[in-house]
Amino acid sequence: MLEQDGGLSLTIARIVQRLKGSSLHSQLERQARISLHNPEIKLESLKEDIKDFLKTSGWEKKLQNAVYSELNVFPSPCHPAAPPEHMKEPLAYMRKAQGSWEKRILKSLNSMCTELSIPLAQKRPASEQKELLNKWNEMGTDEPDLSLFRPVYAPKDFLEVLMNLRNPNYENGEQPSFRNHLGLIQVPLKVKDIPELKEDFSELDLNIGQLGIDDSAQVPPEFFENEHVRIGQKVLAEQDSAAAQQYVRQGCPTALRADLWALILNISNQPEDILYYEQLKSNVIQHDLLVDSLIYKDVKLTASNDDYYFVFEDYLYQVLLCFSRDTSVLEHFAYSSATPPKSYIQGKLGIEEYAVFYPPNGVIPFHGFSMYVAPLCFLYHEPSKLYQIFREMYVRFFFRLHSISSHPSGIVSLCLLFETLLQTHLPQLFYHLREIGAQPLRISFKWMVRAFSGYLATDQLLLLWDRILGYNSLEILAAIQK
Amino acid sequence: RFKCGLSGPVLDVLRCRPGWQQARNEEEWDFLWCDVTWLRENFDHVYLEEHVRICHFRNHYELSRKNYLVKNLKRFRKQLEREAGKLEAARCDFFPKTFELPSEYHLFVEEFRKKPGTTWIMKPVGRSQGKGIFLFRKLKDIFDWKMVSMTVCSLERGNCLFVFPQDGGRTNEQKDETQIETYVVQRYIENPYLIGGRKFDLRVYILVTSYSPLKAWLYRDGFARFSSMRFTLNSIDDHYVHLTNVAVQKTAPDYDPEKGCKWMIQQLRQYLTAKHGTGLVEVLFADMDNIFIKSLQSVQKVIISDKRCFELYGYDILIDQDLKPWLLEVNASPSLAASSQEDYELKCHLLEDTLHVVDMEGRWAKMLSTLSRFLLLCEGVHMFSLLGKRLEGAKLYSC
Repeated sequence: MLEQDGGLSLTIARIVQRLKGSSLHSQLERQARISLHNPEIKLESLKEDIKDFLKTSGWEKKLQNAVYSELNVFPSPCHPAAPPEHMKEPLAYMRKAQGSWEKRILKSLNSMCTELSIPLAQKRPASEQKELLNKWNEMGTDEPDLSLFRPVYAPKDFLEVLMNLRNPNYENGEQPSFRNHLGLIQVPLKVKDIPELKEDFSELDLNIGQLGIDDSAQVPPEFFENEHVRIGQKVLAEQDSAAAQQYVRQGCPTALRADLWALILNISNQPEDILYYEQLKSNVIQHDLLVDSLIYKDVKLTASNDDYYFVFEDYLYQVLLCFSRDTSVLEHFAYSSATPPKSYIQGKLGIEEYAVFYPPNGVIPFHGFSMYVAPLCFLYHEPSKLYQIFREMYVRFFFRLHSISSHPSGIVSLCLLFETLLQTHLPQLFYHLREIGAQPLRISFKWMVRAFSGYLATDQLLLLWDRILGYNSLEILAAIQK
Repeated sequence: RFKCGLSGPVLDVLRCRPGWQQARNEEEWDFLWCDVTWLRENFDHVYLEEHVRICHFRNHYELSRKNYLVKNLKRFRKQLEREAGKLEAARCDFFPKTFELPSEYHLFVEEFRKKPGTTWIMKPVGRSQGKGIFLFRKLKDIFDWKMVSMTVCSLERGNCLFVFPQDGGRTNEQKDETQIETYVVQRYIENPYLIGGRKFDLRVYILVTSYSPLKAWLYRDGFARFSSMRFTLNSIDDHYVHLTNVAVQKTAPDYDPEKGCKWMIQQLRQYLTAKHGTGLVEVLFADMDNIFIKSLQSVQKVIISDKRCFELYGYDILIDQDLKPWLLEVNASPSLAASSQEDYELKCHLLEDTLHVVDMEGRWAKMLSTLSRFLLLCEGVHMFSLLGKRLEGAKLYSC
């Protein structure tokens, strides 16, 4: 009992601390001060009156949304005595594996750097800066020579690493049993089985209406669609983040989706957000990073060749180039098992004072990375809002898809969940695929890493991502394939 | 037994249809898929039995030739205004101001001078695939533009010398035997709706199985064709920016056949709904339905009705930034060649479904809406909603 309370107060303290520095805090203060002019506010019951005022003017809701957002993103603090690494990743062998994987990526990046003798970062000459500024809205028309660049890694490389993951403390036993050795992932993580999944994802039950199924042309809209849309509009009117998250579990109506997602992710595109984006944009103009070429190459290879996303090429550059310079992304490394790579100023290798994170946001893009952004272009057209939505999606969900961790939404667990479900419920298919040399995970891995972007039609993909947001978990990716 | 004058998806689909055989050279046929040349040369001279089906109407050019279409639409509009009032007639305002050249040259100049600086587009009436089209802003640009072979022809009106290129092929004018090619000049839509900075137009297939009574079907899987360059009014000479026909885009320097520049209509609809909300998008699509119906109605009395004929039209629609659809043109022989594997499948489905609807086997009468991707657009005076239900109160004004 005491521990539970202790955990709760820790959480509260942490949230208060995080929100204290935010703009919401200063806005609330300002609003409270302005309300003092209100005749209803009396000196005797000052505290109560101000609270009531904040409630009716909708500011309390905003605060609620912000708190809810924090709860969603940060995991609950573990035992106060646990070292900070544990918030990132409690299992030691996972940490080690992630560390060596990162070393490999960095080595590959560095060797590309020396081979092509291009610095990791350099300042652009003034003429180039001007040119880029002019072309900002149509960077896709640029045709730089990217033939010498290769993506740093592709999902299949990552799969190889995961396959070799082993827990040193776990002995699989002398006799390989049927269950243990059929799948590619050989790590003893706890994953949910069907009854547990059914309970967790109860809103996806057959008895409950779903968009994408119960709104097709053959079904009269009175059954489900109309009512669902009405509720959606109500949720938006109330601006309630938690309600929105519950609502989208049954799918979002197309017209409301952009606003609902923004509500769940607590993105409101304030002037300071727009300013921040402009700041990032000017960073892009001023400095040229090696990673930029990787991004260019990735966009040209993947999104530009996609039948539906080729139109959004220009937006992708605008988002991804800014993304790699955004240092606020570094915050997510506190709860991610990954660590941002460091780079040292020339000649000062190993000296901490001269270390910077490279790229500035700590995320090295891999082959297919731009596909995380592409579907969002369907919903958001204003670059700064699109950017913020993507950044939030990344720090909440996508980062787990390419880092090694034991988190239930991490890619390792997802793979294991997929293999287990398939083995348990479709054993013949599983066995058959194995026999013909096609391990099922090899096929489905790339789908999961990209969260199905590029592999599913856009309308279905967006419905899938509705559920990811609704359940705040990526488990649906593994389960959906069943 | 069928006979087919074209190769590609058409032939493949016809061959695969169960129970259908390709007729040998001199043999009689029951079903003919021909091109318009054959039709023009042979239709009047060949005896056709009651049961045969042929894929064109005798005088389809009333709808497909740009100048006739404009003429018919203008006439229909006047009629509608007389009979049903200005409001109903205003629903015919879906084609930009157009004039036929050389006959309406002075009317054109009058309109041109009202708003100097706007862009106009010149299109030859008889050609397709974007050939011979150019944009201009100054009258003198018409003279500057050169073509391969020229015929100089002076006109009495306006005292100007017109250089009209000689049509290398055939001109398909019933009345006019000379070799002068007719053009239409049309106000260019300068504010097209852009996605990702690019202009696009819509290709929608409409199947007409009869003109009296008017029975038309709308194909669900239309598509949007994008231009490969970002849109700008700065370079009106750049065809790649302005003309979205696949035939033109194919020759662009960075054209990648793998890329494909097409979106299905459902995709477009999703995108627009996410951006503008359901209400506006419903209005847009209702306006498009209106275009199809009104254009067909305008030629209803003119087309020679023949129970044996059916026709698959390709409508080209452009949407502007206010979400208003404009009719660019109607093709009676829409391109049925395939530009990619996906496109091949699309064309095959289109043709299969066309054959279902035409229903030579006489089997499907009641089930057509669920069986094929065609949706019944209108029958007689009734309009149909997407679910196949007759829309009460939405009467078509018959003329």
